[in-house]
Amino acid sequence: MKDIIRAAVAIIVVCIALFFVNDYLNKSSGKASSDTVTIFNWGEYIDPDLLAQFEEQSGYRVVYETFDSNEAMMTKIEQGGTSYDIAVPSEYAIEKMKENELLLPIDHSKIPNLENIDPYFLDLSFDPKNEFSIPYFWGTVGIVYNPSLLDGQTFKSWDALWDPSLKGQVLLVDSAREVIGMGLNSLGYSLNSTNENELAEASAKLSKLTPNVKAIIGDEVTQLMVNEEAPVALTWSGQAADMMWENEELDYAVPEEGSNFFFDNMVIPKTAANVDGAHAFINFMLDAEVAAQNADYVGYSIPNAAAIELMDEEVTSDERFYPSEEVRDNLEVYNNLGFEMLGVYNELFLKFKMSSN
Amino acid sequence: MERTGNAAKIYLTLIFIILYAPILYLIFYSFNSGGSMNNFESFTWEHYSAVFSDTRLIMILINTVIVALLSALIATIIGVFGSIGIVYMRNKSIRNSLLSLNNVLIVSPDVVIGASFLILFTMIGVKLGFASVLISHIAFSIPIVVLMVLPKLQEMNSSLIDAAADLGATKGEILRRVIIPFIKPGIFAGFFMALTYSLDDFAVTFFVTGNGFSTLSVEIYSMARAGITLTINALSGIIFIVTLLLVVGYYFISQRGKNPVGMGVRK
Amino acid sequence: MQTKNTKTFYLIPYFAWILLFVIAPIALIAYYSLFDLSGNFTLDNYKNFFTSIYLKLTISSFWYAFLITVFSLIVAYPTAYLLTKTKHKQLWLLLIIIPSWINLLLKTYAFIGIFGLYGPINAFLNVFGFGETQILFTDFSFIFVSVYIFIPFMILPIFNALDKLNPSLIDASRDLGASSWTTFTKVIFPLTTNGVKAGIQAVFIPSLSLFMITRLIAGNKVITLGTAIEQQFLVTQNWGMGSTIAVFLIIFMIIVMIITGQRDKGATSNGKNW
Repeated sequence: MKDIIRAAVAIIVVCIALFFVNDYLNKSSGKASSDTVTIFNWGEYIDPDLLAQFEEQSGYRVVYETFDSNEAMMTKIEQGGTSYDIAVPSEYAIEKMKENELLLPIDHSKIPNLENIDPYFLDLSFDPKNEFSIPYFWGTVGIVYNPSLLDGQTFKSWDALWDPSLKGQVLLVDSAREVIGMGLNSLGYSLNSTNENELAEASAKLSKLTPNVKAIIGDEVTQLMVNEEAPVALTWSGQAADMMWENEELDYAVPEEGSNFFFDNMVIPKTAANVDGAHAFINFMLDAEVAAQNADYVGYSIPNAAAIELMDEEVTSDERFYPSEEVRDNLEVYNNLGFEMLGVYNELFLKFKMSSN
Repeated sequence: MERTGNAAKIYLTLIFIILYAPILYLIFYSFNSGGSMNNFESFTWEHYSAVFSDTRLIMILINTVIVALLSALIATIIGVFGSIGIVYMRNKSIRNSLLSLNNVLIVSPDVVIGASFLILFTMIGVKLGFASVLISHIAFSIPIVVLMVLPKLQEMNSSLIDAAADLGATKGEILRRVIIPFIKPGIFAGFFMALTYSLDDFAVTFFVTGNGFSTLSVEIYSMARAGITLTINALSGIIFIVTLLLVVGYYFISQRGKNPVGMGVRK
Repeated sequence: MQTKNTKTFYLIPYFAWILLFVIAPIALIAYYSLFDLSGNFTLDNYKNFFTSIYLKLTISSFWYAFLITVFSLIVAYPTAYLLTKTKHKQLWLLLIIIPSWINLLLKTYAFIGIFGLYGPINAFLNVFGFGETQILFTDFSFIFVSVYIFIPFMILPIFNALDKLNPSLIDASRDLGASSWTTFTKVIFPLTTNGVKAGIQAVFIPSLSLFMITRLIAGNKVITLGTAIEQQFLVTQNWGMGSTIAVFLIIFMIIVMIITGQRDKGATSNGKNW
């Protein structure tokens, strides 16, 4: 009995000591200002040096929190109890957040750097006139492949994935929209299709892909492709850029039938406690030099024309990651299909996953 | 034992090799200058110096440790009394229903627990942050404590209690002198498994946290999209070595001090 | 009976916990399960559960949970037994637990590397003339890693049960001429059943709702009820259907509890003072 009590006391003492260490660290790292800006972003989706730079320039203190899916982020904002000043949702999530009135309008007069953004990326269908969102990064869905492990295959068409020689070799992403969208695109349909026949056709076509599927996974795809565990994977452009940075053999292609084109955008959630700070942060991130440095760190494509001027030619002229407008026009942005339709997509995807067993 | 000695040693060695293999793998790559967990390029300490220069990461680590230790301690206290209560419950069907209720949180997926706790906290107005995370960790650790303590209680020969009572011991004395010492191994097992639950949890913490409070798991999971940096490997390496030293050191000190504090030490 | 108050006093936190964190969430889940996406009251979710896809999911979840539990037990029992024979047994037991304190996602990433085509296992197999073998994304790797995760939960209660075994019982059995095997099946094992049961519950029940490693290690070739619920909550945002699956999961768990439950009368029969 005595030793149990002693152990319990020891734990409490250790916790109190740690608490004071943390308090000390907090004070020594926290600037004098009590005004904080709380940012809710994907992990590793910003250069941390820039946060320090922003703190220095603006006098605000930055609290940086992270999420790993749009849906989880929305649930947190919807339930309240938090005070996020900035969040970075993808475009279809912005539509939903607008619907649920989770966003505050953005005052463009407080964001002079908005002029740096390429007009091509402004005034898009998910947020006309950018009332609620400012573009942060963008990218495409495509195929990353390793020519040294394949015999001369290229991926100009989605159909190349169905090639019998790729038996048990293809990695897919664990996401209903991407995989069903690929099925629809490969048949020449829109990846926002809500037509029952088209979806049934896509589902039938996907079921023929199952022998080729090695695994349906998430972010681990980077590690696997870099390690040459598989020759082909369906992935997002930014991740492909990461992989190609680590393994020079790899190549990336967006099939000609069309694919998805996505944007992650900065928004001010209704839970914001420091709206001025949020505007200051958005303006800061749109600064040409800041955006260029951030793009260098993150690897996705930026919509900031002034920043592109400052960046390495070699990167910005790479058609795979900065495709021409012609190619971009062939790509589609996800529409918010509504819960019912999303349910249908997920049911089809679940069936596909069950059959690849 | 003499005959089976070698086979036994080989078996145990194999088990320990397997248990430690992934951790050694992580630590090995924490010295990789290549920046990722493949293709070891050359040896470097840079990821370790990165850990110490990242105050935010250290603060998150401290938060994680505080939450884990406190939640495991409190969950153990509540769980031990809960299981004593369950075992000595007269009514068999109430006892069985309590046991089933106890295990509901073990079977529920983290996302469901996280979402329903979030709804609960916002409903009763608990401020999201340290307190809500601590309470949630206590809540989902209690059932594993009960599961670990129960078998020891069931094993206990009730004639022990009767004898103590016949000798005039009060309830408190029976609890302190007879029951608690007997179930001590179960109590420690429960505490350690509660620590494991707390340190591994990502989903529940994610939902119920706020105001800049974060734990290591949340941090690591949200890094996955852009790739986990080797700084995290280095940090895990440090945590592992420090824990190992603490545990081994503590064990030998308590052995020398003649008053062994361990699990199931016979007295 | 005058001490009844002190007894219930100690139990207050536990019952408060059950009320707030078990019964309240169950009520919430049961409530949500009765609504469809547009918020209409309906039993459709329950009807949906009985379509082939969810039944198939249920069966495969149970099958894998069963396999994981069986293999955990096979590995854990001898380990626990041998641990009780070592010199510094408490220390060795702690060393079994320590690996479980390192972040699970990181360890899983390490396993992806270890099992990979160019990882140490394949390098080892190569020495013996085996070609590159696909280990990742197979049933083997999934069960291996699951057992790895759950093994401490099985070892601890069994160790605790074995550790207090009275050695004179075993000696007596030997003296009476029983073989090692008979001693084990007739004397040792029956005395550790409570520990084994606790271990089985601590492994089988969470196995039903394993997620993450079904994707990372099994490449979604194994799908559990937990994964399905997670998808419904996070991706489809169909909380009604997600809750319905959760309700069934809880029902299945209760059935498992009844099967593995205490058939003996527990401590109540004699502990009349309590």
